[in-house]
Amino acid sequence: MKTIIIVGNGMVGYKFCEKFIAQTKNDAYNIIVFGEEPRPAYDRVHLSEFFENQDAKALELAPPNWYSDNNIELISNERITDIHRSSKKITTLSDKQYNYDYLVLATGSSPFVPPIKGVEKEGVFVYRTIEDLEDMLSYAKKIKQKNPNARAAVLGGGLLGLEAGKAVMDMGLEPHVVEFAPKLMPRQLDSRSSQVLQLKLESIGINIHLSKATNQILGNGSITGMEFGEDDVLDVEMLVISAGIRPRDELAKTCDLEMGARGGIVVNNKMQTSDPDIFAIGEVALYNQMIYGLVAPGYDMAGIAVAQIIGNEEMLMPEGIDMSTKLKLIGVDVASFGEPFMPASNGHSILFEDKTKSLYKRINISLDGKKLLGGILVGDASDYNMLHQIYLNGMAIPENPEELILGSRGEEGSSFGSAMDLPDTAQICSCESVSKGAICNPILDESSSNIGDVVKCTKAGTGCGGCKPMVTELVNASLKSLGKEVKDTICEHFDYSRQELFGVIKVKELRSFNEVLDQYGKGHGCETCKPLLGSIFASLYNDTPNKEEVIQDTNDKFLANIQRNGTYSVVPRIPGGEITPEKLIVIGEVGKKYKLYTKITGGQRIDLFGAHLNDLPAIWKELIDAGFESGHAYGKSLRTVKSCVGSTWCRYGMDESVSFAIELEDRYKGLRSPHKLKGGVSGCIRECAEARGKDFGVIAVEGGWNLYVAGNGGATPKHALLLVEQVDNETCIKYLDRFLMYYIRTAAPLQRTAAWLDKLEGGIDQLKKIVVEDSLSLATDLENEMQSLVNAYECEWKQIIENEESQKRFKHYVNSEETDDNIVFVPMRDQNMPKHWNF
Amino acid sequence: MKTLLDTYKAIVLHEVTLWFKVGKTSDFSENGGSCIKYQDKQIAVFNFKRENKWYACQNLCPHKMEMVLSRGMIGDASGIPKVACPMHKKTFSLENGENLNGDLEAIATYPVKIEDGFVFVGFES
Ligand code: SRM
Ligand SMILES: Cc1cc2nc3c(=O)[nH]c(=O)nc-3n(C[C@H](O)[C@H](O)[C@H](O)COP(=O)(O)OP(=O)(O)OC[C@H]3O[C@@H](n4cnc5c(N)ncnc54)[C@H](O)[C@@H]3O)c2cc1C
Ligand code: SF4
Ligand code: FES
Repeated sequence: MKTIIIVGNGMVGYKFCEKFIAQTKNDAYNIIVFGEEPRPAYDRVHLSEFFENQDAKALELAPPNWYSDNNIELISNERITDIHRSSKKITTLSDKQYNYDYLVLATGSSPFVPPIKGVEKEGVFVYRTIEDLEDMLSYAKKIKQKNPNARAAVLGGGLLGLEAGKAVMDMGLEPHVVEFAPKLMPRQLDSRSSQVLQLKLESIGINIHLSKATNQILGNGSITGMEFGEDDVLDVEMLVISAGIRPRDELAKTCDLEMGARGGIVVNNKMQTSDPDIFAIGEVALYNQMIYGLVAPGYDMAGIAVAQIIGNEEMLMPEGIDMSTKLKLIGVDVASFGEPFMPASNGHSILFEDKTKSLYKRINISLDGKKLLGGILVGDASDYNMLHQIYLNGMAIPENPEELILGSRGEEGSSFGSAMDLPDTAQICSCESVSKGAICNPILDESSSNIGDVVKCTKAGTGCGGCKPMVTELVNASLKSLGKEVKDTICEHFDYSRQELFGVIKVKELRSFNEVLDQYGKGHGCETCKPLLGSIFASLYNDTPNKEEVIQDTNDKFLANIQRNGTYSVVPRIPGGEITPEKLIVIGEVGKKYKLYTKITGGQRIDLFGAHLNDLPAIWKELIDAGFESGHAYGKSLRTVKSCVGSTWCRYGMDESVSFAIELEDRYKGLRSPHKLKGGVSGCIRECAEARGKDFGVIAVEGGWNLYVAGNGGATPKHALLLVEQVDNETCIKYLDRFLMYYIRTAAPLQRTAAWLDKLEGGIDQLKKIVVEDSLSLATDLENEMQSLVNAYECEWKQIIENEESQKRFKHYVNSEETDDNIVFVPMRDQNMPKHWNF
Repeated sequence: MKTLLDTYKAIVLHEVTLWFKVGKTSDFSENGGSCIKYQDKQIAVFNFKRENKWYACQNLCPHKMEMVLSRGMIGDASGIPKVACPMHKKTFSLENGENLNGDLEAIATYPVKIEDGFVFVGFES
């Protein structure tokens, strides 16, 4: 019986154990793992998620009993202090000794804290362990109590620093990222992409300070600021240091293992240190004169060390290690792969930049134009997985390589082909080393039947999660190749897609949730199918949510948007953005009376926030008495039709864009749809109403209106595409009726028009055929359906204030007239806002 | 914030020493939720009409500590009756309070009985 001692129970130390027990029956080995941290190994890569829920258990890589169940002795909260190579023993901090046959050092790294004067002050943190995060949270809470607008800085603008910047922002502090280099993510990005990233980050509220060398940390006991130059000071009350990592190689020093000049334990391609019985893996190992600060190479190293110890000696660490990375910040797409910079002598680069859209793409191509060598994506990294695969597998690239980032110029089809074209050996999930074959084969040999099973048995997509879309694509394509239908069924209660249910309900004229569930579903429904059916009833019969309020999402149930503290917002309709001074005064009076935070929205109207549930009917009574209607800001329905002032006033205006916007908004108000709908009307091609950023946009041109459809702003912006040109008001409305109704009938739940058109076979050309040429002979039906919805419109808030019984819904308590005393407001610039969530 | 959570402790039927009358059955919407107040507690009461059952639980969602569960939708997950928080759709079993789609702490549930058209929620006095 041989003893393997693993020092460090971090991500890589854990992976060693997992791979070890997968390889061999470990009754021939006695495995002991030491971890200095108080808890078993957890997912450091997703550490920032701890801020969301403070749930340390959710990050655990395996539950504590996993170790004992697999005959592994785990000793947490115990640091190893010495290695005695001659006697093959180690000593722990509590002065116990253990013998080993093999020793595996997986001690990781610690954050590098630069020797700046004052770094020891209170309020300065590093970002590595759960304990670090706990300390930051309680400190942030403390400083926010004193100053609700407190600021925090992050020292270091690399991958981790940006993540930390977002984390302090989510803690409710004003975030500042301070970087020494003249660009962000200096190791992954070139200066142009870094500028684009900077603009993007600034737009979400993260302040960036480049080329700043910090001289000292100011403050008396606790930090109050950072000083860069004499008159260059940034006032901050907290600082997170993220200035790189240093391998935790202190044990190697105690026993004279070979080390790199700048730290790290030197290993060969077997992961052996200068002592063949001692291995080093993960962030402590110096391989090819490099420390690899990513988890995937660490996992590979763990696999090599396992193979070497159990005698599988031909398994060696490859020369080149893939350092491709993707930033995990929500809403900020950044990725770099392969060789991101590349000198011109090695190949040529193709660049695409659009600062207005915060978009930058660069690919580096070999001199012979045949291979992809690397690249950078900022603003839209949706093609990262495929480009990364093409790079990793050395796959052939199109004759015009620019198609890889610009899309193909030809008619249809993507320049990538599909993920199915990848070789079976292509590594899809690099965190868990899962190949394409491992994902597709269980489906093809029918040992698995769905994505859930595949993920369960391969662990693909459970690491950083970046490969999830590709795993889904592969599973679906494999199912399809077997002739199996890949169905977008709604949930466990209905075995139908939205479109199928829409058809069934229409034909059978079903009118209530229970009727549909009893005839076509099973169980009792859930938060997915209930609102979906509510939306279908509304689209078919224009039933308002008041008809069956218990199947509506909370916003529809209370006809208002729920806010962070459980209060609601009130948005009266202001068609086309046009409003009289009298009505403005009424909104002002209502806001004042009910102490509502008042803001002009991005949709050209006014939002009143912070209304108590039980005040909603009274607020709406006052608004409706003054001639307002519901603005449906809470519904998956028409929001606004934005307008520019047009020919009424504007010297360039070609037509009355305000009048037409009001006409369209009045026509489609209350229309329920699979997702929200927005429109816009501009008076000329200068496009001040941003109509092409909407689900439907109308622009006045010489000889009539141009109608564009299926655009949106939001998370994945898309410009609307031209449907018809130079039509008059009536024709425009006719085509719009058809387009909207066809979308409502056929889209998937929560699919906006752009995503829907993307999936429509034949795209915009096909849509033109259906809507303009009436190729499916649906036009009359679609128009009639729309007209009957328009005729059935009723203001749902009017229904409430005219019916006392229905107002019961808005009481906070059934058995008391009191209001919710749990709601706390704090002042902000002369108005009120909800208290921050600080847990 | 911890103290707010501590106000709520699950009660099972045999522990009930006080049945608190909270209103007529008709005050509670069918297949939906309503909120009632008992001393310093906010309790969500659900009339699960499809199964002819009633459930009660704390109104406080342990995710972001908001008093909102009574405004959530009810339904079932593989047969377990549940409520979905209206804020971020965390779901909880109405039978034992377990968080069905995450690892949040279980919420406190309370017994409900119906007598002569009135709804009573069970507490320990
Ligand atoms: C109030 C407002 C921000 C503001 O202060 O200006 C706002 C606020 C919200 N937006 Fe928005 N959006 C507002 C204009 C916009 C715009 C600008 C526009 O309409 O011209 C956009 C981009 C344009 C677009 O939609 O294509 C926008 C893109 C989104 C998205 C992303 C949609 C997408 O397809 O990616 C969401 C999320 C969603 O709907 O799923 C969203 C969702 C939301 C929600 C409903 C989130 C929520 O569920 O709580 C916010 C609630 C508002 C409330 O409680 O009243 N909001 N939102 C704006 C209300 C406009 C109005 O008068 O109704
Ligand atoms: C916030 C954050 C985000 C990250 N995001 C990504 C990402 O998106 N992608 C990516 O690839 N990587 C990411 N990383 C890096 C990734 O977490 C590391 O590469 C990985 O954790 C390295 O694993 P390791 O086992 O070598 O080190 P660690 O996980 O640090 O484990 C080492 C363990 O050894 C213990 N130890 C050290 N010395 C001793 C001793 N003498 N005795 C006993 N125990 C000891 C330490 O306490 C520690 O628990 C991120 C890191 C952080 C902090
Ligand atoms: S879009 Fe044209 S009409 Fe409208 S405001 Fe701009 S310039 Fe004037
Ligand atoms: S507050 Fe309930 S799910 Fe977030």
